Amino acid sequence: MLKIVNLHAEVEGKPILKGINLEINKGEVHAIMGPNGSGKSTLANVLSGNENYQVTEGEIWYEGHNMLDLSPEDRAREGVFLAFQYPVEIPGISNATLLKTAINEIRKHNGMDDISPKDFLAKMREKGQILGMNDSLINRSVNSGFSGGEKKRNEILQLLMLEPKLALLDETDSGLDIDALKIVSTGVNSFRSSENAVLLVTHYQRLLNYIVPDFVHVLSNGKILKSGGKELALKLEDQGYDWINKAELETESV
Amino acid sequence: MSEDMKVVEDLTQSEYKWGFVTDIEMDKAPNGLNEEIIRFISAKKNEPEWMTELRLKAYKTWLKMAEPDWAKINYPKIDFQEISYYAAPVKKPLLNSMDEVDPALLETFEKLGIPLAERQRLAGVAVDAVFDSVSVATTFRETLAKEGIIFCSISEAIRNHPDLIKKYLGSVVPATDNYFAALNSAVFTDGSFVFIPKGVRCPMELSTYFRINAENTGQFERTLIVAEDDSYVSYLEGCTAPMRDSNQLHAAVVELVTLENAEIKYSTVQNWYPGDKEGKGGIYNFVTKRGMCRGKNSKISWTQVETGSAITWKYPSCVLAGENSIGEFYSIAVTNNFQQADTGTKMIHIGKNTRSTIISKGISAGKSNNSYRGLVKIGKKAENARNFSQCDSMLMGDKCGAHTFPYIEVENPSAKVEHEATTSKVGEDQIFYLNSRGIDTEDAVNMIVNGFCKEVFNVLPMEFAVEAQKLLAVSLEGSVG
Repeated sequence: MLKIVNLHAEVEGKPILKGINLEINKGEVHAIMGPNGSGKSTLANVLSGNENYQVTEGEIWYEGHNMLDLSPEDRAREGVFLAFQYPVEIPGISNATLLKTAINEIRKHNGMDDISPKDFLAKMREKGQILGMNDSLINRSVNSGFSGGEKKRNEILQLLMLEPKLALLDETDSGLDIDALKIVSTGVNSFRSSENAVLLVTHYQRLLNYIVPDFVHVLSNGKILKSGGKELALKLEDQGYDWINKAELETESV
Repeated sequence: MSEDMKVVEDLTQSEYKWGFVTDIEMDKAPNGLNEEIIRFISAKKNEPEWMTELRLKAYKTWLKMAEPDWAKINYPKIDFQEISYYAAPVKKPLLNSMDEVDPALLETFEKLGIPLAERQRLAGVAVDAVFDSVSVATTFRETLAKEGIIFCSISEAIRNHPDLIKKYLGSVVPATDNYFAALNSAVFTDGSFVFIPKGVRCPMELSTYFRINAENTGQFERTLIVAEDDSYVSYLEGCTAPMRDSNQLHAAVVELVTLENAEIKYSTVQNWYPGDKEGKGGIYNFVTKRGMCRGKNSKISWTQVETGSAITWKYPSCVLAGENSIGEFYSIAVTNNFQQADTGTKMIHIGKNTRSTIISKGISAGKSNNSYRGLVKIGKKAENARNFSQCDSMLMGDKCGAHTFPYIEVENPSAKVEHEATTSKVGEDQIFYLNSRGIDTEDAVNMIVNGFCKEVFNVLPMEFAVEAQKLLAVSLEGSVG
């Protein structure tokens, strides 16, 4: 589904990603871990098309499209979804309006009719229940007055409502207490299927106890230094990131 | 003698009579303001002597006043002697078909969803037989006449309904009120007069479009609307199509009077030329609008969407004299590029149990400045007064300004006055958030702005609401990112 080849990207002239290679197939959950400043969020943002990040080299192929040719809204319409690390507030637009408009844009792109109000409401209730979010939030302004944890849950609600093919979750676990973490994980797990894929950017191994990944990649200083299965995450929890950096240095000096 | 020759003769004789230099254009007064010009205007309008006297009195008042400068706006000093105060209504040369119209203008009409018949009229194309606007207006007038409703130009009213004019003109905004009102009272040349007799509910929304012989909007318009006991009227002013005028200063006066149990709803959509992208050449819209709720249980609502003009300076207000009377003000004011606005309202509570509501939405974009200035004044005898004010500002980008100057003066302890204000900013972050949900930038800006202005759109007369939403979209094009 997603193929990243030798991706280099920078922010305000500063190089962050220095040659990323990654392939994600349908049905897979990939976790990206790494120390602060390694470029984890940059990767998620570049994939969603944030103009603040410039791609200086490399290619990204998504479902046969050259992703770099697609605007952020087109990527979304093609089924890419980013759950933001710091979701913004948008006063004046209700959650319902945002979701309905987004859903209809995607449906229009796929040649379908608008969703009926009845179906929409039923879906909101169903997904809202999974996340322990009640009816009152339907008409509240997007993220207005939400606590950090509520904002993160709202991102996952949007994930469940929009049903993308590729979900990019940027540090979804940061700022969540254990209960919220469990609820969010339940939500993400209910989304997982053999037809979609998830790229999970996270700092701590803890989230991966609940959302069990198929692959774990360690990002450090703009490159993927090591890839492995879920056991890799446990090793990192145990030993930190240093041993990977050391191994890299050793490899380089050989 | 031929018609043309007769006109020339009349005019040249008049010129001589007034002592003008002989080589002026026939249908335009020379620049400058003095008693002669005022008499000239009055004569052109065939006004009775008492009206000419009123004008001269206002002019003398104006001479003693100084131009106010307390608003938060900057503009080069106006030379009042360099303006021509009278120009005969010249019908613009008619074009033969829409093909001859400036394509940019047609594109704007398209974006604003203006109906085809209106486009032809606005573009100056000869209206063809299929869209016979004259017969439409005639049927309209007949319906109104049956109800005893008077709807005509102010000049006609001065000639044909002098008693009503003498009774009400200047009763809400006297010439002494302010500098521009004094000027307007001396030199106004056009405007509307509406009179709704007792017990009549005007069956349709009145719009200046349907005034027969609607001329090019004058610089100094004077409008007076009187609603007698138990009557109702909804009046629409303006249009969404961009209006250009070689006259830069527009200083209108609008007076509304409601008697017992009467209601006037006055809606404005204004899109005067705002100046080019560098802020040059736009229109100055300095207006005094005031409603007097004279009668018990009467109500006046001002609803407006202002997106044009280089400078907008106006405070549609309500004087709540009658017991239980209600004043409302719902406004959206948009400024972009280099526009400036200092607008708001005044709610003056005088009688008992009066209520007022103020909902003001200011949107600034580009390098513009948008100020809300409001006064809520509760007089000593205004028992049980209630006011609710909400002023919201939205900033698009980070080069514009939004300011709020609320004044609250309460002299009666039983009053309840509530004031809320919010400021929000729309930046790239929010737009990107919506982009990442599949919504393109233009739609995103519109969604945000519409959500912000919802409360005001809900009270606009329906046709205006739809046009206003489109107008907002066009005014804010390219304002983010």
